[in-house]
Amino acid sequence: MTENIIKVGMADLKYAGHPGVLTTLGLGSCVGIALYDHKTKIIGMAHIMLPWSHQAKNNSNEAKFADTGIRLLVLKMIENGVRQKSIVAKLAGGAQMFSFSGGSDMIRVGQRNVEATKSVLRDLCIPVISEDTGGNHGRTIEFYSDDGRLMVKTIGYGITYI
Amino acid sequence: MDISMLNSFHLDVLKEIGNIGAGNAATALAKLLDKKIDMKVPQIRIMGFGEVNEVLGGAETPVVGILLGVLGDVTGYILFVLEQNAANMLVNILMGKKPDEKMEYDEISLSALKEVGNILTGSYLSALSSLTGLKIMPDVPALAIDMAGAILSVPAIEFGKTADKVLYIETEFIEGRDSVIGDFFLVPDANSYIRLLNTLGAMC
Repeated sequence: MTENIIKVGMADLKYAGHPGVLTTLGLGSCVGIALYDHKTKIIGMAHIMLPWSHQAKNNSNEAKFADTGIRLLVLKMIENGVRQKSIVAKLAGGAQMFSFSGGSDMIRVGQRNVEATKSVLRDLCIPVISEDTGGNHGRTIEFYSDDGRLMVKTIGYGITYI
Repeated sequence: MDISMLNSFHLDVLKEIGNIGAGNAATALAKLLDKKIDMKVPQIRIMGFGEVNEVLGGAETPVVGILLGVLGDVTGYILFVLEQNAANMLVNILMGKKPDEKMEYDEISLSALKEVGNILTGSYLSALSSLTGLKIMPDVPALAIDMAGAILSVPAIEFGKTADKVLYIETEFIEGRDSVIGDFFLVPDANSYIRLLNTLGAMC
């Protein structure tokens, strides 16, 4: 079960064939997007930091943003024989690690990341079948190719599978 | 100027900034606790986002993070990351309890930790202020107890809008001989470290 674990860093994306495990550690306001194709059992994961590439001055790293990151990941999966129609998505992250009084845009970045992620997936007709998002705690996720389950590990909120 | 344009002289100047700021903060902490506090030589960490998570020896290590915005002529963040044992000890000493007594994260201890963050950040930034003549102030502190990776990513995200790398000026605090208390991170935004370098005459 632990064979072939691939780590996905912040502002990074990876995909893997079966059998494979993708993981990303310590998600805060970033969102981890796990894409699964049950036919080929190819899995993909993106770890995005910010919602929209056009709102940033520097958008050369496509994996940094929800819009460009998700599209790039889907494209890579399609290149490897996945049909877009059969992809489903699971989401985790988008927390607000620090609570300030006020609530400026920067502070709400977790929520905005989740909203942008869902909007992009909706445009691509990829259904979000489960999610563990929001709150104020960090998450580590592990994504398994055999059945597409996503483990969400936290400090103080236990381990869940979504 | 991009982060990659910084040369070793610039980095030495930034290191010295960390030295002076953190030195002042360490003195404040020593007075507060009535203990000897040492610090290591500051490190300038210029990282891609993939590395940020791993700075404190593991993205999933539970830590206490106190985050303050930096306002004025220099903007960015100060993040004080405490080992859980150290946070425990700090609160107990401030509350007049035995240092190793088990601590609950209740309202009062959280508030005490934030106040420690306030005092240390205040001394760090006021040292920078007197060094440079710039106006530099801390915003109100916020606290989180969670995975190191999730906490360290917060300042990084803000800079993700303009850059693909971030610059952290890190100083480690040590109590007694070798017991690590935590790490102090000054994370200036791009305009701010240039302004700091300019003011100190390190840019031509």
